Amino acid sequence: MGNELILKVRNLNVRLDHQSIIENLSFEVKRGDALTILGPNGAGKSVLLKTLLGLIPYRGEIEWARGLKIGYVPQRLPFIKDIPLSIKDFFNLKGSHEKETEAILNSVGFKQDFSRKKIGDLSSGQFQRVLIAWGLVGNPQVLLFDEPMTGVDISAEETIYNLLAKLKWERDLTILLVTHDLSVVYKFSTNVICLNRQPICYGPPQEVLTPESLQRLYGGEVKYYQHKH
Amino acid sequence: MDNQFLLSLIVGISVGGAAGYLGSLMLGRRMALVAGPLGHLTLPGIALALMYDFDVSLGAFPFVILGIVLIWLFEMRTKLPMEALTALVFASGVAIAFLLLPVKQAEAALVGDITKVRLGEAVISVCVALLLFFVVKKIYSKIVLINISEELAKSEKVDIRKYNLIYLGSIAIIVALGVKMVGGLLTAALVAIPASSARNLSRNLAQYSSGAMIIGIISSSMGILLYKITGFPAGPLIILASTSIFLISMIFKR
Repeated sequence: MGNELILKVRNLNVRLDHQSIIENLSFEVKRGDALTILGPNGAGKSVLLKTLLGLIPYRGEIEWARGLKIGYVPQRLPFIKDIPLSIKDFFNLKGSHEKETEAILNSVGFKQDFSRKKIGDLSSGQFQRVLIAWGLVGNPQVLLFDEPMTGVDISAEETIYNLLAKLKWERDLTILLVTHDLSVVYKFSTNVICLNRQPICYGPPQEVLTPESLQRLYGGEVKYYQHKH
Repeated sequence: MDNQFLLSLIVGISVGGAAGYLGSLMLGRRMALVAGPLGHLTLPGIALALMYDFDVSLGAFPFVILGIVLIWLFEMRTKLPMEALTALVFASGVAIAFLLLPVKQAEAALVGDITKVRLGEAVISVCVALLLFFVVKKIYSKIVLINISEELAKSEKVDIRKYNLIYLGSIAIIVALGVKMVGGLLTAALVAIPASSARNLSRNLAQYSSGAMIIGIISSSMGILLYKITGFPAGPLIILASTSIFLISMIFKR
């Protein structure tokens, strides 16, 4: 693998319950890239992230650069509010010590002693930021996000984009992000994979997101396809 | 204080505390009621123990293991909802028990009788409960992570199968110990109620887990003391003491 390349995927195929979920997907990620994985619901986006993490069996080739630390931020954690867990407890589960927890929480914009708060008392936007912070424990070079804006209101969405961009710059992170939100792709990514079980497009968003590729991706007519500043 | 009472109290405190502590993990996974059917399933084992005069926990344990294996196998084969399978398994346990169980011993099997615990049984129960506490303490944070999300735990390289096996084994042991105290019918309450009360009162994991254990200890002690005063069976009194603490905890819910 070349110096800059941190992930190489060749002819990836994933089948779950006798159904093909991802077919013949190939792509590469370079250090510092922000790759978004775009597609409708049920397109295999989350499955792709989990496969890259080694959580799901696959055929094909997934090659990560050696010695890479990878952080993962899942889409939802529906059972987390079933137990009384403070933010500090949640970070302890990942082996984070108090000082590290405070420093990371501080870097995502929370004040001192926020870690004592109960997870169940957080707003959806605060919880999402806590999840992002949790992904940063252990100082990973790569972060995998599964729909980080799910359930977050529009005003908080903007904060989370800005936060991701800031963290990426500050920590020299490579980010792989699953989304079905086109505006995220234009604002945030260096490359995009359009996925609807089969790969539909792959490359810089301004080049590959054409009305035709979006129509193939989502079906029907897509009116909003480019976000120009 | 007579020796028999002291013996019951010591067993009650250790088993009640361990059950409360483990219960705090089971509540987080919505598994608290699993102990119910498993408890019911021990009834044939308790019946055999009472008929042939050996420790009820020893009689109960193989039946709990059988129950766990059956529910796991049925779920793998049928993909039916867990509650349907547990209903099937526990109803069968009760049915078999009533075919085997001598009527005069039914009460001890159904609601337990800690007050007649023998010295040897007591020593074994206390040792097993203590061992169980340390095992649960060791796996606690990993099981919490698995309870929150198996995928998240896998991404943190947690060996889910290994921890689940230890966890299920711990549940089997606590059910086998619990039937001695509160009988086959009430075991679920021994794990579920202290944890529910602790959840009402706590703001973090340490308060929750230690709270569940302390409430388990207090409930058991209160139940056994009330038996001494009133003469009613200790098993139901332990559960009612636990329920009273739960009701009080609702007032102070945080």
